[in-house]
Amino acid sequence: MPAMRVRQAIATALADEMRTDPTVIVFGEDIAAAEGPFKTSEGLLEEFGPIRVRDTPISEMAFTGAAVGAATMGLKPVIEIMFMEFLGVALDQLVTEGAKMRYLSNGKLSVPMVVRASVGGGLGFGGQHSQTLENWVAATPGLKVLSPSDAQSAYSLLRAAIQDPDPVMFLEPRITYAERGEVDTNLKMAIGKARVVKPGKDLTIVALGQMTNIAREAAATNGADIEVIDLCTIVPWDKKTVFASVKKTGRLVVVEEQPESGGWGSEIVAAVSAEFFGELKAAPIRITCPNVPVPYNGGLEARFLPNPTEVNYQIDQLMATGKAPQPWWIREGF
Amino acid sequence: MSKGLERRKAILSDPVAQFERAVEIREFENQVNALFASGTIRGTTHLCLGQEALAIGLASVLRTDDQVSATYRSHGIALALGLTTESAMAEIMGKATGCCGGLGGSMHLFDLELGLLPTSAIIGGGMPIAAGVALAFQVQGNDRVAVAIFGDGATNIGAFHETLNLAAIWKLPVVFICDNNVYAEYSRINLTTPIEDLHIRAESYAMPHYALDGMDIDVVREGIQSAVDRARSGGGPTLIEAKTYRFAGHSRADQALYRPEGELDSWKSRDPLLLLEERAKKIGKMSESDVADMKARIAKEIEATVALCQSAPEPSPKTMFENIWSRKVSQ
Repeated sequence: MPAMRVRQAIATALADEMRTDPTVIVFGEDIAAAEGPFKTSEGLLEEFGPIRVRDTPISEMAFTGAAVGAATMGLKPVIEIMFMEFLGVALDQLVTEGAKMRYLSNGKLSVPMVVRASVGGGLGFGGQHSQTLENWVAATPGLKVLSPSDAQSAYSLLRAAIQDPDPVMFLEPRITYAERGEVDTNLKMAIGKARVVKPGKDLTIVALGQMTNIAREAAATNGADIEVIDLCTIVPWDKKTVFASVKKTGRLVVVEEQPESGGWGSEIVAAVSAEFFGELKAAPIRITCPNVPVPYNGGLEARFLPNPTEVNYQIDQLMATGKAPQPWWIREGF
Repeated sequence: MSKGLERRKAILSDPVAQFERAVEIREFENQVNALFASGTIRGTTHLCLGQEALAIGLASVLRTDDQVSATYRSHGIALALGLTTESAMAEIMGKATGCCGGLGGSMHLFDLELGLLPTSAIIGGGMPIAAGVALAFQVQGNDRVAVAIFGDGATNIGAFHETLNLAAIWKLPVVFICDNNVYAEYSRINLTTPIEDLHIRAESYAMPHYALDGMDIDVVREGIQSAVDRARSGGGPTLIEAKTYRFAGHSRADQALYRPEGELDSWKSRDPLLLLEERAKKIGKMSESDVADMKARIAKEIEATVALCQSAPEPSPKTMFENIWSRKVSQ
């Protein structure tokens, strides 16, 4: 199996889908001639030409809507939103137009499009280029929301997203682009299916995107036998895998890279609490960022993001007492 | 041939049929208004009274495989394109037999076969979609054309400018039609916009543009045909500004009391129905009594449509869970 960087896995998935399916087209800002600011479309213009690989103006609303329209007429557009924040000006087209097309056409129109966006912190991009913002899209019926955590999941999930007949929001943790991993191009991953990336019997961590790697790192050094689940899909999320794990371990910790309020982890905790109330060995908890913007300063950004030290602190407390520990910003009086 | 396609074919060139369709739209809208007033229909509605010539002119020059992205004020465009009055009225009444199964309502009409994309209730929202539809036609290498029709208010929203720019640089086969009915919701255009002739905004996108009299179907047809021909032959997009007038308020709650005195009357002297009637008499040889008979017949037909739709079934609760995704995923 070839080892490739996450960004190469994405470019390879795009190329493989474009070779397989002539209706796949890609467009976005600087993705053709410049091959993408993160090099996630390397080689595409050269191989597939300017009809199928297009640079757009800095007009997220127009090109997101153009993807919706093109999808209704039989193309499979994959568009790139350079930083997730830039989707803000295009949300109408995705949430109010694209996600409603099937419904408002009585099931006659499909919108097989993928919106790729780079997300997340850790690289010093500051308050307007570092958010994950999954909750912008996770609450919209009609959208599917995915996020890979490594090269394999980036490759396999992106191919699944492109093949899917519905609009898919594909959130790529920017910090992982340069990371290498082995990729089996024959491995299929299904939308709505989580991965158990490390089995364990004492406690379940559910994580997403770069937090999967943080969770893995924490689990590797923790004294407890921790099961780590990479959720992969937020909508529709894999209840079966999560429930099976919590049934076994009796403990749930969700690790989320986003402010505490309104996060996807609340859905997981609520569902697990309702399903296993009375059977749990500890309070189900979430480890999140504080309810503040992403700070630029390197030291502060490192504090802002959940990290293995904090994850292990929370887990150790939870294992010892069964009660939800306070987050670091409360412990430290902020 | 389906009833919708037959209805479309009927208005392609026959001035009598075009006049008749305009009368149908007018009668339909008046009935919708009355049904809302009486509480028979819920929600809101946006009438197109006074804008019938533009709707019919547009529908009469397009092919059925062309696609139109229109707005919440599109009962007339939908009927002009061929949607049956039953399908439209049932939708507005929220009935299972409506074109969107009763889940869309007055602002959301749709017919794939007739080239009516789901109408958008967001100002300017349909414009990027139309560009995308045109992009698909361009990539597929066919000669189909997309049309975005929108109001004057839309020319102040970002989607308008972004879409014109994108369509221009990609030379997309799309026709933009600004239906300038003088009022953007409750505000007269001069209060919100520093120019009177909105089509000149295309100048900065190096796009052909012109205004036309939206009350006169022959002018409408000629102007749109030329833009459609350009798009179909690879010449790229055009912005047309059709000067019309909204005879009713913005939506059902609005009596439009903000209009300057005499403005409505002055526009009504050029009511597209009057012009279409004159034309049907002149070219189509309709007599005064033909006109009276036709109007009486249409009024009866619309009444019958209303009665039929009132007794139509309500959508079942399960339909609310369908058509969210390609297949149902229980969550």
